[in-house]
Amino acid sequence: MNKNHRVPSNRTLGAVEVKSKFGAEFRRFSLDRFKPGRFDEFYRLLQHMHRIPNVDLLVGYADVHGDLLPINNDDNYRKAISVADPVLRLFLQRKEEADYSAFGLDSLTRPKKTVLAAMLLRPDANRKKPPVIISLPRDFRPVSSIIDVDILPETHRRVRLYKHGQEKPLGFYIRDGSSVRVTPQGLEKVPGIFISRMVPGGLAEGTGLLAVNDEVLEVNGIEVQAKSLDQVTDMMIANSHNLIVTVKPANQRNNIVRSGGGGAASRSSGHSSDSGTSFYGYSSPGTAVATTPAHIIQNFHPEELESDEDDEDLVVEVDGEAVPIPRASSASCTIPFIPRYVPHLDLRTTNEALASRNNAGSLGTLSTADRSLEGRSLEEDGTVITL
Amino acid sequence: MKRFRRHGQESQRERIKQELYGFNKTVEHGFPHQPSALGFSPSLQLLAIGTRSGAIKLYGGPGVEFMGLHDENAAVTQVHFLPHQVELVTLLDDNSLHMWTLRAHHGVSELLEIGRFTLTGPPGAPPSVTCVTAVLAHSSGDLLLLGTEGGHVFVVKVPGFRELEERNISLEKVTNSVPEEYGGRRILEHVESLQENPVNQRQVLIGYGRGLMVIWDLDSQSAIKHIPATQQLESVWWTEDGGHVLSSHSDGSYCRWKVAGDDPQSEQEKSEVPYGHFPCKAISKIIQLPTEQGPPFLFLSGGMPRASYGDRHCISVIHSKTHVALDFTSRIIDFFVIRDGPGHTGEPSALVVLVEEELVVIDLQTEGWPVIQTPYLVPLHCSAITCSHHVSAIPLKLWERVLSAGALQNTHYSKKPWPMTGGQNLAPDPPQRDLLLTGHEDGTVRFWDASGVCLYPMYKLSTAGVFLTDSDPNDNLNQGTEGEWPPFRKVGCFDPYSDDPRLGIQKIHLCKYSGYLTVAGTAGQILVLELNDEAAEQTVEATVADLLQGQEGFRWKGHTRLEVREEPVTFPPGFQPFALVQCQPPAVVTALTLHSEWKLVTFGTSHGFGLYDYQQKNNVLVRCTLNPSDQLAMEGPLSRVKSIKKSLRQSFRRIRRSRVSLRKHHVNNAAKLQQANARLEAELAEMELAPVQRKIEPRSPDDSFTGLVRTLYFADTFLSDSSHNTPSLWAGTNGGSVFAYQLRLPPVECRGEDPVTAHPAKEIQLMHRAPVVGILVLDGHGSPLPEPLEVAHDLARSPDMQGSHSLLVISEEQFKVFTLPKVSAKMKLKLTAIDGSRVRRVGVAWFGSNRTDDYGESGLTVLTNQGDLHVVSLPGVKLQVQYPCIRREDVSGIASCVFTKHGQGFYLISPSEFERFSLSARCVVEPRSLVEVPSQTPSATLPRALPDGASVERRYTHCFYKSSARRVMEHALLNDESEYLRNNQTTLTELNLNQLQHLCE
Repeated sequence: MNKNHRVPSNRTLGAVEVKSKFGAEFRRFSLDRFKPGRFDEFYRLLQHMHRIPNVDLLVGYADVHGDLLPINNDDNYRKAISVADPVLRLFLQRKEEADYSAFGLDSLTRPKKTVLAAMLLRPDANRKKPPVIISLPRDFRPVSSIIDVDILPETHRRVRLYKHGQEKPLGFYIRDGSSVRVTPQGLEKVPGIFISRMVPGGLAEGTGLLAVNDEVLEVNGIEVQAKSLDQVTDMMIANSHNLIVTVKPANQRNNIVRSGGGGAASRSSGHSSDSGTSFYGYSSPGTAVATTPAHIIQNFHPEELESDEDDEDLVVEVDGEAVPIPRASSASCTIPFIPRYVPHLDLRTTNEALASRNNAGSLGTLSTADRSLEGRSLEEDGTVITL
Repeated sequence: MKRFRRHGQESQRERIKQELYGFNKTVEHGFPHQPSALGFSPSLQLLAIGTRSGAIKLYGGPGVEFMGLHDENAAVTQVHFLPHQVELVTLLDDNSLHMWTLRAHHGVSELLEIGRFTLTGPPGAPPSVTCVTAVLAHSSGDLLLLGTEGGHVFVVKVPGFRELEERNISLEKVTNSVPEEYGGRRILEHVESLQENPVNQRQVLIGYGRGLMVIWDLDSQSAIKHIPATQQLESVWWTEDGGHVLSSHSDGSYCRWKVAGDDPQSEQEKSEVPYGHFPCKAISKIIQLPTEQGPPFLFLSGGMPRASYGDRHCISVIHSKTHVALDFTSRIIDFFVIRDGPGHTGEPSALVVLVEEELVVIDLQTEGWPVIQTPYLVPLHCSAITCSHHVSAIPLKLWERVLSAGALQNTHYSKKPWPMTGGQNLAPDPPQRDLLLTGHEDGTVRFWDASGVCLYPMYKLSTAGVFLTDSDPNDNLNQGTEGEWPPFRKVGCFDPYSDDPRLGIQKIHLCKYSGYLTVAGTAGQILVLELNDEAAEQTVEATVADLLQGQEGFRWKGHTRLEVREEPVTFPPGFQPFALVQCQPPAVVTALTLHSEWKLVTFGTSHGFGLYDYQQKNNVLVRCTLNPSDQLAMEGPLSRVKSIKKSLRQSFRRIRRSRVSLRKHHVNNAAKLQQANARLEAELAEMELAPVQRKIEPRSPDDSFTGLVRTLYFADTFLSDSSHNTPSLWAGTNGGSVFAYQLRLPPVECRGEDPVTAHPAKEIQLMHRAPVVGILVLDGHGSPLPEPLEVAHDLARSPDMQGSHSLLVISEEQFKVFTLPKVSAKMKLKLTAIDGSRVRRVGVAWFGSNRTDDYGESGLTVLTNQGDLHVVSLPGVKLQVQYPCIRREDVSGIASCVFTKHGQGFYLISPSEFERFSLSARCVVEPRSLVEVPSQTPSATLPRALPDGASVERRYTHCFYKSSARRVMEHALLNDESEYLRNNQTTLTELNLNQLQHLCE
């Protein structure tokens, strides 16, 4: 054990507290924030700390969004150090038994439960399948993905848009229209919902997976047939933090062709492959592996439908502590709750707004004690909430 | 979860659901929208109203009502009951005739359409030949005479609608029988009126549009007499003794013709223009009825001097020396007179007038001809309804006090009972007393007895007296001065004109135990009222609540605050205001709640919310919820609406300017016009190209009106620690925020002096930011907390304070249950994410099982923006049932919906009608009434010449059906032999089918 591990985190001291987990073992140590050194030194330090000198490791860390991101080069190592706030939490895996699918969005906080709602999307969710490995995600986040390729007809595409609570608009419009369906009575014209317009620079356009005139078939697993334009709009908005739309692309030439039963190859990432990197400006193209698709071809994880990670409400108690609402233990899910450091990117702005509103609208009957209480809480900086 | 539940449990739950929930639209309360026809059956004592939308409604004694709807979406133009039958015929403006009957089924009558018919003329005839303009239901009960636009009269056998071609009275037959000298063979025009001779049912008078009237003998198929009127005919009345005919004309005159005697041409006895000298409008209908001793009653509709009173809607009643022109506020549709006596042939007792917006009944036997209060068909919209509030299970004491306060307001009504007595009301007495309160645009609140089928007006409260307005409250009551001609008398209560829109009532809350009422209005005024049985003179103190709290950058462009009368005002017995809060800025009040136990009122607008202590008459708390970036809320609702005066002035200027510019720039115009046209075309093309589309964008914190307070709630719960419950106030906003305040109330003994305080305790920001439409605290058992004073009055179980409470926040998109006192999410139902619908209205209701009396569940009744009704279980927030109820396009219907505490609800189907619905299987209020075939008078049962046997048979089976149905019922009641009943019913239905087949032939 490192003797430094009890030193409280303090940015001004320039030390980054590190908590490293390998199997069931934890190690705590600290690093110099300003001189983190090189990745291979760091890698050797880890092997040393855990006393596993000859084990090939896969190093990952939990970023502020609760995502597990890999550390495998100098750049993402430095990034990891710089964003550690205040603890850098590392997760080590043996390379040979590494679970690559663990990397990516929400992977740390996602409850590992089978939820039946997902049956809507994947009737055969229980079938265990080896995850498709394209390559390791870098320290950027997916903005979109094509999911459930193996179970959808080739003419359909299920697209997931990751909003990440960012300010960037989803950026598309839908309209009413009519589509032709094959029915037992022959071809029939039925009303349908179509994408009518893309907002330039919006999330939807950036993915390249949705296009004008694509027919929307489902929203988060629920068929839109027989629903009105306004209903579908409201459904999409209600699911906007984690929107999964199944479309029938107007352009059927870019469809994914399935090879056999198992692994599907991506032919769809196409022209939008660099959209993710360009948005997250801190990724370094130089060190990135040559083929970096922005879309992870994966299957839909049923529990994500129920996932609340982007849906947590904010509670401000009178004593100034503001916490995202944790799931109560009495809730239907039984897995232990993994606390998150920051629930949401845009919480900061919200809270500031709340705070300023509190200040501006001074309560008529608020005692001075209360006000000072509020004042004190405003200075608190333990969590994101700056009340 | 579904998967793990055993099948048995599932079906068990389904069974319980069936016992708890059931959807029915039960009654339409109020006055039918756009009535277009009126009919009356003296023998059944039923009146029928047809509407422009094709509905037909029958009303008898209070509680007896039936409704039918024509499949065609065409207006009903005429309604005629077949004399001494339970059938009636309707004529639609698509020229189709429909036969309806009241058929007993399980001891309750139902209104059924049993046949339809359209006249077919000879081949090649123009459509006008068969276009029906006049209908006579012959007193024999099986003949229908149809006068047409082409001037023919067709004779049709009913109820089967079979044309009796040989008996038709063609125009040729009539013209041939009229002497040449009559106007030189003028065109007779359409048949305007058909009247039967009251003393000789063989004689029928045919009145043609041009004025000629012919008395036709149905037996000899020839004209007996003709009446050579020369003015355009409007209506005809055959006096009861059969000796005279009255005709009314388009020039405002009426004539009396003597028809007794053998002279083929009648003489004019009298011609009069009642409002004469200057040109008059037509008299559209004339009725004369005799009295036992003394002169007859004469009723005329219309006939007013065209220039001076042409816009009045009048019916003149002339009896002896009394002459009154009843002046209605809306157009007269039709009227009839009810007569006394066993055969309904005695003295005229009441005049029933259907005008476009209400039904007015005038007592003709009481001095001064007062109006009789109607038990149904009351115009809910006498001033536009702006909000409604329902209170279930009113304590008897409050009920009686409200009734007595109302009785003092209704002294000008006649004491006579409702003259219409048809049918028997078999509906069980309502289990409880329910009040529906409607707020109106003119600042009144009306109290309705909503316990049963009849929505009966109980009491009217006016809040306008508290304020200084331009209007004089006595303005509308100015009666005609002595000696005025015509002798107008205003009748009816429909008065849609509001002098000051700021007076409009927006929110109402009544505490049924204490009799405290709070109402809030358009200009941010909140009145607290108390029920007082004595009149009182008092000044209402106003307290201003500054909701902005120093928020900067605000500019209110809306209306100003109402000015309060500073001198004492006399308030009549009833609810009397004693406290007034005025919000600043004076925006419309969007949420209001009263807690009578704590003596607190809380109110919210688009700017914030406040808490007012009505015992000490001061503000306890004011909180601004305004988002500084929300420009719309900052400027006020009326910023975009110019005053009428201003816009009128501007448009005049624009006209003037355009005239000037036209003259000036005559030369240049062609080029400019072309340019403008091109631009317009391009715009149009663009509009056509761009379809209706919706942007997919999550709500942002900067959206408009995020600070608007949607809901306010008082609860005694565990706000800060789990061992001590405290009073608390909860507020939810449009932006998905919930604010909770802990309240400290001084002990009762010093409640009058020590201040009430409020301390902020919690704030919740829903991440999905949807407007919070409801907040509810559930006790340890998961049931909603009772209302204030409910427990004190032993009317509710006291809440469970042992188990932990939970908080239910209902947003437009989700139902979320949180734990208390530490707020953490427990359960939720994401309605919008799975269904695409949003919560518009929500209520808490108790659903009792219809199988056992002791089982029941609490639930949320929910109306969505799709017009669907849901029941959501408590505390599990699971969707239970869903029923489509309102068209989703009917925005005002959805917005007007109000739920009761027992699973019923009301919504406006038109400005004047509430539809009542029930979601509960146990609690259903619907009309159940029986109308029996009138016992036939000897004259009507005289053997009739029936031309063909088939029809005799049909008539017979029909009678058999009815009589046997009654016999069966009696039998079943006596012996309870259900088997017998069932057997008979099958035979009866078979009979029925046969009959229908006959009818269709």
